Amino acid sequence: MEVQLIKIEKRNDVSRSIYFLTPVLAIFLTLFGGGIIFYILGFNPIEALKFFFITPISDLYGLSELLVKATPLCLIAIGLSFCFKSNNWNIGAEGQLIFGGIVGGGVALLFYNHEGFYVLPIIILSGAIGGMLFAMIPAILKTYFNTNEILVSLMLVYVAKLLLDYLVVGPWSNPEGFNFPETRQFSESARMSILFDGLRIHAGIFITLITVFLSWLILYKTYLGFQIKVSGLSLKTAKYAGYKGKTMIIIVFMISGACAGLAGVGEITGPIGQLHRNISPDYGFTAIIVAFLGRLNPVGIIFASLIVALTYLGAETAQIFLQVPKYTGQVFQGMILFFLLGSDYLLFFKIKFLGLKKNEL
Amino acid sequence: MSFDLNFIGILIGAIMASSVPLILAASGELITERSGVLNLGVEGMMIIGAISGFALMVVTDNLFFAVIGSMVSGLILSLIFGLLTQSLLTNHVATGLALTIFGIGMSAMIGKNFVGIPGKEFPLLFLNLKESIPFLGPIFFGHSIILYFAFGLPFLTNYFLKKTKTGLIIRAVGDSPTSASNQGINVTLVRYSCILYGGAMCGLAGAYLSLIYTPQWIENMTGGRGWIALALVVFATWSPIKVLIGALIFGGITILQLHMQAVGLRIPVQLLSALPYIMTIIVLVVISRDSRKIKLNTPTSLGQIFYKEK
Repeated sequence: MEVQLIKIEKRNDVSRSIYFLTPVLAIFLTLFGGGIIFYILGFNPIEALKFFFITPISDLYGLSELLVKATPLCLIAIGLSFCFKSNNWNIGAEGQLIFGGIVGGGVALLFYNHEGFYVLPIIILSGAIGGMLFAMIPAILKTYFNTNEILVSLMLVYVAKLLLDYLVVGPWSNPEGFNFPETRQFSESARMSILFDGLRIHAGIFITLITVFLSWLILYKTYLGFQIKVSGLSLKTAKYAGYKGKTMIIIVFMISGACAGLAGVGEITGPIGQLHRNISPDYGFTAIIVAFLGRLNPVGIIFASLIVALTYLGAETAQIFLQVPKYTGQVFQGMILFFLLGSDYLLFFKIKFLGLKKNEL
Repeated sequence: MSFDLNFIGILIGAIMASSVPLILAASGELITERSGVLNLGVEGMMIIGAISGFALMVVTDNLFFAVIGSMVSGLILSLIFGLLTQSLLTNHVATGLALTIFGIGMSAMIGKNFVGIPGKEFPLLFLNLKESIPFLGPIFFGHSIILYFAFGLPFLTNYFLKKTKTGLIIRAVGDSPTSASNQGINVTLVRYSCILYGGAMCGLAGAYLSLIYTPQWIENMTGGRGWIALALVVFATWSPIKVLIGALIFGGITILQLHMQAVGLRIPVQLLSALPYIMTIIVLVVISRDSRKIKLNTPTSLGQIFYKEK
């Protein structure tokens, strides 16, 4: 006879505390899983994890680097939360970031000889518009041609990468640059100001914080935000309520593209200062994980971006001290998402441990 | 003239070779999607297959183990996807993305010690016939066994889905899991099997790249082929034979682009390299425009979570 020890029941309501605690659980499980992987690779897991998660932020420079990396991640993830909340799968933020960088960088090169307070705002604005326009391609194809936005937005990432490659090798390459695949250094007035001497943390962080605040306003205090949430929960309800589905799809993509474009332009006018082939270490893809880890919630996303930014720094430190490739960061990022999604099970189901009763044995 | 004809034969042979990983991965994913599961982890499973195949080849010096190992590793990765989406009922899209990110990271971690090691020669069949018959020789002969398998696979898949009972069950599960379940079919088991099969095929596709096509290990060597394979399934409106045609078209663009570069046409290299991606978008638009046609062919429950109250 079969004896049931564990009983799984569907929950009637989703507990809010569990909703925000499962990401923490996911992070701990990731640390544990990471420790096991390091052990298999022949490292002392505790030492390795220390190199990965503590050494990078144990000084002021490290903390500044953490914010430098979290700035674009948070910005992109905030934009993506608009798409994901309304069930639009924009996974090409990387392409929108690069295209924003291209447009912003192009304007920066155009203003190469100009000095003035107006230069940087124009560059930033054009970067945001660039990202926005690029995101509108999958949105318009989805609304008017019924095309799958996942595939289109993703294919456009490769197109944007190749376009950037063409520009920095060809027409935009630095005339005095000995054929290196990079543009000129932007002029001083085209650069984000550095907040503290000797650290790389730059004014882009304010753009991110303002965007987070605006997103919170839009999502929680406006009718548009309400429409976005309802469409995400039930498309039928949204249709019944008479929401303009097509317009909304285009709007969420525009917001998300503009955020990614801002992140791109923030990178090239901030830490990088020119255009070259690798303006983003896959921030656009990693931000998807940030958005989920932050529960698509503006405040949650701020915390999530700091944690995921740490995996970037950790991978860099581990590359130096443990000679593991920098892609190790992606292993951790993938695991965080696995564990997070997996632990969502606890949201919807209760697991009851039933004791063995004597008469059952 | 006969020389030119032979050259065209070689060109066609090259196109066939470059379409193999797409055929394998897309055929596998097609079965997975037919059962109602959307696995976006194709790229991740392919790259893990590529590194496992290559690593096993170096370590064991045995190509058979390498090929089998690559399939097993693709299968293991897809098992993670299965556990999450089928047993823990997670979102297919997000889980698939995580799988790809994880796979790319993991492959680089494993592959660190295998960079720069030369590959082993993979046996090619009927080499003498390839040399002796002009035009047709390079098309039909002198390929690896995996290529012949890949070109047979879409026909087998088509037969399997349309003519066998198991194929019918898979389609039933994909179109209406609830009614299939009411008929006494174990939906979760069917979906698990289809996910694992898809994973094994993606692993094999990866092994083809690292063992035969460019016999070495390069970080990120799949270079978006997994995503093109996913697009191919939509392009083919979930029909295996059209997967074959689509893969040949994409293989054709890839080879054409290489040759145009070699001839030195005054077109930027990057534009040519972007062609497969731009073409994918154009084709998707053309295919999807007719929403009725797409609806008719798409597995109805694709990407939806199935939960049976116990």
